[in-house]
Amino acid sequence: MTRPLLELRELRVHFPVYAGLVRRRLLGTVRAVDGVSLDVAPGETVGLVGESGCGESTLARAVVRLVPCTGGTVGFEGREISALREPAFRAIRPRLQLIFQDPYASLNPRMTVFDALAEPLRVHGLADGRDVLRRVSDLMELVGLAPRFMRKYPHEFSGGQRQRIAIARALALEPKLVIADEPVSALDVSVQAQILNLIARLREQMGLTLLFIAHDLSVVHYLSHRIAVMYLGRLVELGPAGEVFHRPRHPYTRALISAIPVPDPVREKTRQRVALHDEPASPLNPPSGCPFHPRCPWAQPRCAETVPPLESCGDGHQAACIRLDQM
Amino acid sequence: MSDAHRPEQDAPPAAGERGASLWRDALVRLRRNHLAVAGLVVLFALLVVSLLTPWIAPYGYEEQDLALGAVPPDSAHWFGTDLLGRDLFTRVLYGGRISLLVGFAATGVSLCVGVLYGAFAGYLGGRTDALMMRFVDILYSLPFVIFVIILTVYFGRNIVLLFMAIGAVEWLTMARIVRGQVMSLRQKEFIEATTVMGLPRHRVLLWHLIPNTLGPIIVYATLTVPRVMLMEAFLSYLGLGVQAPMSSWGLLINEGVQTMENRPWMLIFPSLALSITLFSLNFLGDGLRDALDVRASKD
Amino acid sequence: MPLLDVHELTTHFHTREGVVRAVNGVSFRVEPGETIGIVGESGSGKTVASLSLLGLIPAPPGRIENGTALFDGVDLLACGPKTLRSIRGRAISMIFQDPMTALNPFMRVGDQLMEPLQVHQGLSRREARTRVEEMLRLVGIQDGARNLSAWPHEFSGGMRQRVMIAMALITRPHLLIADEPTTALDVTIQAQILELLARLQRELGMAVILITHDLGVVARVCRRIYVMYAGQVMESAATEALFAQPRHPYTEALLQSLPSTHVKGEPLHTIPGLPPDLIAPIAGCPFAPRCASATDRCTRGAPTLRELVPGRATACFRVQDGEL
Repeated sequence: MTRPLLELRELRVHFPVYAGLVRRRLLGTVRAVDGVSLDVAPGETVGLVGESGCGESTLARAVVRLVPCTGGTVGFEGREISALREPAFRAIRPRLQLIFQDPYASLNPRMTVFDALAEPLRVHGLADGRDVLRRVSDLMELVGLAPRFMRKYPHEFSGGQRQRIAIARALALEPKLVIADEPVSALDVSVQAQILNLIARLREQMGLTLLFIAHDLSVVHYLSHRIAVMYLGRLVELGPAGEVFHRPRHPYTRALISAIPVPDPVREKTRQRVALHDEPASPLNPPSGCPFHPRCPWAQPRCAETVPPLESCGDGHQAACIRLDQM
Repeated sequence: MSDAHRPEQDAPPAAGERGASLWRDALVRLRRNHLAVAGLVVLFALLVVSLLTPWIAPYGYEEQDLALGAVPPDSAHWFGTDLLGRDLFTRVLYGGRISLLVGFAATGVSLCVGVLYGAFAGYLGGRTDALMMRFVDILYSLPFVIFVIILTVYFGRNIVLLFMAIGAVEWLTMARIVRGQVMSLRQKEFIEATTVMGLPRHRVLLWHLIPNTLGPIIVYATLTVPRVMLMEAFLSYLGLGVQAPMSSWGLLINEGVQTMENRPWMLIFPSLALSITLFSLNFLGDGLRDALDVRASKD
Repeated sequence: MPLLDVHELTTHFHTREGVVRAVNGVSFRVEPGETIGIVGESGSGKTVASLSLLGLIPAPPGRIENGTALFDGVDLLACGPKTLRSIRGRAISMIFQDPMTALNPFMRVGDQLMEPLQVHQGLSRREARTRVEEMLRLVGIQDGARNLSAWPHEFSGGMRQRVMIAMALITRPHLLIADEPTTALDVTIQAQILELLARLQRELGMAVILITHDLGVVARVCRRIYVMYAGQVMESAATEALFAQPRHPYTEALLQSLPSTHVKGEPLHTIPGLPPDLIAPIAGCPFAPRCASATDRCTRGAPTLRELVPGRATACFRVQDGEL
């Protein structure tokens, strides 16, 4: 069995919240990521789903060290990278790239496409001189942009095209692992399909390993081999994409799937819904025991006692609920 | 439907292949602001006149005509003369050279020092930033005039010293502005992207952070020049700056104030010159701020 | 007798770069008590159309060039600002995507809700308070007293949206225009809000225009749907009919590009190209450059929305002529 490319073990990212001007007292801690363990195999696409405030973006940023980890470890290519000092970490950064959600904000407005793509190539010594021009052209064609527009600035392109540029930039360094943080959420529906196709094609072509974060489960289901569902900083379900999507076991996943509007009026009117009546708790003050129990239609008193671990409920399928067998 | 395996060649973003940078968009917007353009034109004219002064000035600036004394404007002396019979027009021209030089040079100094210092502090953040900014705070609280006096006493009276002294004070505000800009830019995703790509810090500072703060910097610099010129006038008024026979507008105004009632022309002309320059710079600065402020993106 | 009858609404923006033809000859109807959906991507003109109805378009550079919008006998596009103001917020209400900007951060929630009642309907403070509490309960916010004295920033996104709905419905309008009311919300909260809107509609008997880009949302709550593209209505139909058999290439392409309608592993159907630039005048059908079924005719003449059978209309030449 091949070694996973990415290994997260009990990853924790906590942000302290202070108050007060003169004497700063600790109000509490935002437990954005609260003990996540996850493996991503080489060539695999894992979709990470959760609602806002559930920590998926923070997880992505922690893996590429845009925010510091508070606890746990991150393993990459068999090495533990969470303890590496910055200069050593920088050496592996090219292999660990991130695509951001907002194509309007993730590109330097004062750099041409050429500059934006040439920069990582030059800095990391992947090309120089005349070679740079050729590599940049190749990259643009790879993502479906005509190279003759390389002298243009980001604001002259549409949202979808900007995201293509961002993808090209991420791929310039020939990464092994690409984390995509909601790459299509800010785009129109018809453009989303183009970008999703592009990502699917590139992943085949370049043998990429992908950690794909989105809140749209149907998008995640389409692209991923496995799906991981997060709630308030913890993994509550993990399994093959088809399994999780069609036969969800965790109450939150079920609620999530039943809440997604389906463009099929007949099904919409007749489907069974798992309705949630409350709002998610704040990650500053998560509930005791199972983080989902205050909203859970199947909750029992003992759900508030301990945090349920991920238990197996099928072939490669796990869910964190103590009432798994009863539902 | 479409073959998704072929890369989609989208319609071209806008006509042509040459990029239209945000600077160009700003320039177009600036051109539409007539006051700003007028200010720019006047400024340019003043600069040209200043440069050509040695050839334009009808008299030498040291030429005295004690017998003549101070006379009001006439055909021989367009602006009249001062108490020592020196042609005022000539003195205003030469004074302009000094004032403009001090204005732009001091602003230049404050720009260089302030931008680098502020960008550095803003980018590094944390304790370094706190230390650097406390240093700025301390300097801020020093009385400016005393500082200049100390410098003058130590280095003697010197025009270079003058604009270095002024620049040394002006850079503080520039540093604060740039630091603030850089700190807010750090949160932006395209800066985060530079971290993810592992770009070295100096590159991020020079090519990503500073270019995106240039807008406010340019505006502030343009509005600093008039302030500096006034400061120079103030210092010269106190006798700390330029000394006769060299003149600056500040000196001339000082002399003019003293004989204001009897020889108003000695005050009017240098004041007019200074005022016109200040107006032009302010209009230009305002225009630049409006032109650079608007989000150039059409979204 | 329709509650709202919009005919040939045309709104253009006169900017320095040219005239942006945001809405071009849009017509739609809303019957009393029904929910209709206006679906389109960004740039389709759906928001501009609804803002035009209530006179909320910034007057330069925007201008309503043409059209009528009959509401209860009054033409909203032709009546004076005074009449419009008396209708807006009373008989017709609107809620927006971002609930944060609709609430004044410096006023307590209760005061903001009570204000229109005190001002427009002359209610006393106590009467207004009772009505507001009743309204909050209606939108599912219990514990009225505590919530009334809260500040907007203390509320979550879903709660704020409920408050905005309460504000909009407090005058019991006949028509509610909801512009992307759930786009900024989490999926589970979105489901709650949609459920709420459906229930309120039944209880208050009001009509709703739901503007969104999300085809799943309209499938759930709308009885009829108008599909907009580049400032025009491309197709209109009853919901079930639209999804079962779209009668316009754009609608069809849109439905096919959704991942949920797709088999895993197969490339998604995409619509090549980009939406047109609304500044350049468009000859022919605006969708023609991207349409797989386009012919020469489609680029020459502009098609108009025509009824195929009662309740179904399309703006596609080829469908109208029975070719597709």
